[in-house]
Amino acid sequence: MAQGWRFQAPVVAVVALGGAAGATARYAAALWWPARSGAFPWTTFWVNVAGCAAMGVLMVAVTEVWDVHRLVRPFLGTGVLGGFTTFSTYAVDLRGLLADGHPGTGLAYLAATPLAALAAVWLASWAARRTLKRRGSPR
Amino acid sequence: MNWLLVAVGGMAGAPLRYLTDRAVQSRHDSGFPWGTFTVNVAGCLVLGLLTGATLAGAAGSELRLLLGTGLCGALTTYSTFSYETLRLAETGSRLPAALNVLASVAAGLAAVFAGVTLADALWA
Repeated sequence: MAQGWRFQAPVVAVVALGGAAGATARYAAALWWPARSGAFPWTTFWVNVAGCAAMGVLMVAVTEVWDVHRLVRPFLGTGVLGGFTTFSTYAVDLRGLLADGHPGTGLAYLAATPLAALAAVWLASWAARRTLKRRGSPR
Repeated sequence: MNWLLVAVGGMAGAPLRYLTDRAVQSRHDSGFPWGTFTVNVAGCLVLGLLTGATLAGAAGSELRLLLGTGLCGALTTYSTFSYETLRLAETGSRLPAALNVLASVAAGLAAVFAGVTLADALWA
């Protein structure tokens, strides 16, 4: 590690707290909108797309607009949004659709998630640059 | 109790992703997000194993909440994956950006199938 443990420990701690919050919020969404077997996994899809949009706004805000405390980005970005969004559930649901005889839905899910996720992070960071940079004090 | 299992899993998964990413990224200087790639594929393998174990009746719902929804869900990430892909594309590395998406999806899916097959051999 380039930096000492004393510097890293608070970062790891806020990432853990954020991860717990993000994972719990994703679980709440899954309970709220339960997935139907064989259907397009809309809940995980929207969780991932929303998390990517929030990440786009956050990264512009903390790297280009405001000087924030050094724990803000690891807490919100690495912790909360990283814990909220999931790659493994995407891949496992994808395998389920392909293996259980829903190749059409599976292929749609395969393509739709990365495309929507990338569009969300790109559009959100573009919108954040336009709105936040005009209002926020420039560095 | 279910909420606690998910929260504890998430509390372990997110720092594990952070520390793995730092360890991997400090070992190369290519600018390619190998750290996120590594945790995403590793998380897919573990969740594949867990899915296979569930299908074989060897894993219960509490283990799925702790290790699946909590640990693997937080260990893997779509938001950082998308953001790093966007950064690659914005800084002119369009081909690496496209390769990151294709390789992550292909390797993640392959890891899930491998995990399920391995679990089938172990527990079915």
